[in-house]
Amino acid sequence: MTQPFPFSAIVGQADMKQAMILTAVDPGIGGVLVFGDRGTGKSTAVRALAALLPPIRMVESCPVNAPKTADCPDWAELGSKKIVTRPTPVIDLPLGATEDRVVGALDIERALTRGEKAFEPGLLARANRGYLYIDEVNLLEDHIVDLLLDVAQSGENVVEREGLSIRHPARFVLVGSGNPEEGELRPQLLDRFGLSVDVRSPNDVAERVEVIKRRDAFESDHTAFMSHYTAEDAKVRDAILKARKRLAKIATPDAILEDCATLCIALGSDGLRGELTLLRGARALAAYHGKRKVHRDHLRAVAPSALSHRLRRDPLDEAGSTTRVVRVVEEVLG
Amino acid sequence: MSEAESSWARAATCLRMLLFAPDYLAGAVIRMRAAPDRDAITDALHPLAARKLHTTISDEQLFGGIDLSATLGANQLIEKKGIFLARCTALLSMAERCGPELAAKLAHQLDGDRGHCLIALDEGADPEEAAPPALSDRLPFHIAPDGRRPVDWRVVPAGTHARHPQDVTVAPDDAMALAVLATTFGIDSLRAPLLALRVARTLAAIDDREAVSQTDLETAAGLVYPHRATRVPEEADSPEQSTPPDSSSHDDMSEGSQTKDIPHGDMLVDAVRALLPDDVLARLVPAGTTRALGGKGAGQKRKGNRRGRPLPSRPGRLDGRNRIDLVATLRAAAPWQPIRRRVQPKASGLLIRPSDIRVKRYEDRSDRVLIFAVDASGSAAVARLNEAKGAVELLLAQAYAARDHVALISFRGIGAELLLPPTRSLVQTKRRLANLPGGGGTPLAMGLQEASVLALQSRSKGLTPTIVALTDGRANIALDGSANRAQATDDAERMAQLLRLQGFQALLIDTGARPQAALSDLSRHAGAQYLALPRANAHALTGAVSAALEV
Repeated sequence: MTQPFPFSAIVGQADMKQAMILTAVDPGIGGVLVFGDRGTGKSTAVRALAALLPPIRMVESCPVNAPKTADCPDWAELGSKKIVTRPTPVIDLPLGATEDRVVGALDIERALTRGEKAFEPGLLARANRGYLYIDEVNLLEDHIVDLLLDVAQSGENVVEREGLSIRHPARFVLVGSGNPEEGELRPQLLDRFGLSVDVRSPNDVAERVEVIKRRDAFESDHTAFMSHYTAEDAKVRDAILKARKRLAKIATPDAILEDCATLCIALGSDGLRGELTLLRGARALAAYHGKRKVHRDHLRAVAPSALSHRLRRDPLDEAGSTTRVVRVVEEVLG
Repeated sequence: MSEAESSWARAATCLRMLLFAPDYLAGAVIRMRAAPDRDAITDALHPLAARKLHTTISDEQLFGGIDLSATLGANQLIEKKGIFLARCTALLSMAERCGPELAAKLAHQLDGDRGHCLIALDEGADPEEAAPPALSDRLPFHIAPDGRRPVDWRVVPAGTHARHPQDVTVAPDDAMALAVLATTFGIDSLRAPLLALRVARTLAAIDDREAVSQTDLETAAGLVYPHRATRVPEEADSPEQSTPPDSSSHDDMSEGSQTKDIPHGDMLVDAVRALLPDDVLARLVPAGTTRALGGKGAGQKRKGNRRGRPLPSRPGRLDGRNRIDLVATLRAAAPWQPIRRRVQPKASGLLIRPSDIRVKRYEDRSDRVLIFAVDASGSAAVARLNEAKGAVELLLAQAYAARDHVALISFRGIGAELLLPPTRSLVQTKRRLANLPGGGGTPLAMGLQEASVLALQSRSKGLTPTIVALTDGRANIALDGSANRAQATDDAERMAQLLRLQGFQALLIDTGARPQAALSDLSRHAGAQYLALPRANAHALTGAVSAALEV
């Protein structure tokens, strides 16, 4: 099982799949947070995302995946300067990762053996222009979270320690997953994720059976299964590529902008990030569906995932914030 | 075969499969206290050559890192190999003490395609104390045999004629049967049917059969499902029968409506039902399930520099309040020695700069846990149960802000029940609270007893318990369950004194229509504050509680 489970073979979970596709169409949306029960295929979906992303062009030996030699950081000792096509990086941030591994640190091997001061880039460098995936994001240590927030905000990683002074671009899309029963996420980090989706185990028996069958086929009849779904994945990837091209030309009527603002005011979401994400998400969805302008339906489809995590937490609300968003969307958009 | 014998036989089946295909089945939870019987089981797993893990293992040991002393000695980079570098079988002892962070790391390793196998030894005594659900959800087996090991118990190794489990064919109907069966028993996680399917394949593979048989499915479901079940399917033909786990009742003529579309469904249901733990009906959420009551919530931790479980040290400044981690500091300084030596060739000894200093950190849990003991008896139910619920919800909102834990106990009829162990999960609390039933007598003593047990448990976990009891005070059920008012009052008083002896902070809220002298006496016995709230609403109640607790 060296290849991950294909994205198109994931049964149901429409919200989660839509959110992932939207960030692939427009990375500017700012990532996805997937929260849900155990055994619902959260990490499966995130790992499958890698296969959907179009490849990037980059300098072969560049540690931060820069597109041109001129963009490579000056501390990098470049080997080959050839421009190559590589899959979009999807970097796993393991829970136990130390600060050193995340931001980069002194290259210990060279310091010890040759007495040289050199920088060894960390995970943030490798994730530049790509995705940073944090499984069980709610269990991440606070100081790593602080670090990530800072870098995700500024798009630049600054290392000032151990006699090193290094900076390099670190623009990445945060993808997180977690189980709400194991702990809540700080609102500051929640806000950094563009979209957030709640996943549940499917209740429909037929759907559950289909999940089992596909997973079993994936394990036992790997080649046939993969050849079928790799083709399916390719279709989704093409659609994403087309949507990316179309994205700039999507018209946004003023009425839609007003709708966005009205929605966010009605929900009392904190800050303006909600509106912006909602709008970007709706545009990306319109592009993915091959439309020329944003329609209210797009807002309706994106609103729950774009806004539900930005509401003030109301512990007394039985239904949860997604339901609240849906209710307000109905009231406002009719 | 007696029940104990058959449970040991099942354990042997599990072990046999694990020995045959450890990489395919990923492991088991063994829930037993350390005893010769458990040693027999771990001995049986000896051929797997398991590496032992403990719950405070460092990441370096798990995943590898630089071996500094060897590197310095050899003058070239030498890495220490982590346990999970190559395919391995790990034995996690004291799994019930395993925190969510380690569980997540181990779960991540199990999810990979390296074929790691994890045996979690769970020594939990209480149902709340169990291996972390993130792990038990991923491991097919839950081995917890009853009684003593039969004398001739042993694990028969698989023959040499076995095939690989993945080469066993499974009929589409079989997969469906397992998936439907999982929903019948209220198992939400989709991993359960997948694991059951793997187990069925392994069973067939051991016997070198080409396809999975009905017996394989039954055995697999019987091994994977019972400890995960959250409900018992109703039997359509016998509504008056309240305890269905009875394997001998084969009703050929009828099936529950849910089981109609399962091929051979009734037999599968019977196979699992016969193996359901006894307490599944009583508690409806048995130990070791994915929805176990044992959720520790988020477990608010506090990082300190004095006591608690050690955490990896971090760079810091010595300000007189924290302690230096000498080894980590030396490790941080070591790589720089050649470079610094060049700058200061005359300096002697180690060249250590302030930036090398590493400070020790510890993780400490000393949060408050609010234990609500809510009177849900008939007398209270009508008038005040909803108010009490409302108050608990409001307090929960405050507890959430203050990062307190909340636990919920209800007492009514002839018993007290722990509805929610200490948690910070809003999701769980709201679910439990909404389902709080009412009616019956007032076993006040039992409620207080349950609260004190929970408070003791919480204190042993380093939490600071505070008991908030809401009752209308007419205790009429004694500790032994008899409806004897005098005895009940005595018992309640004794329990109250016990609370005071144990030194728990407590608060007694009288929710009766008129303040009761008996209750204010009781609160004196318990050394608790007494609040009479005739006709309180939820908000008034919350205000009173917050005011009382802020002292």
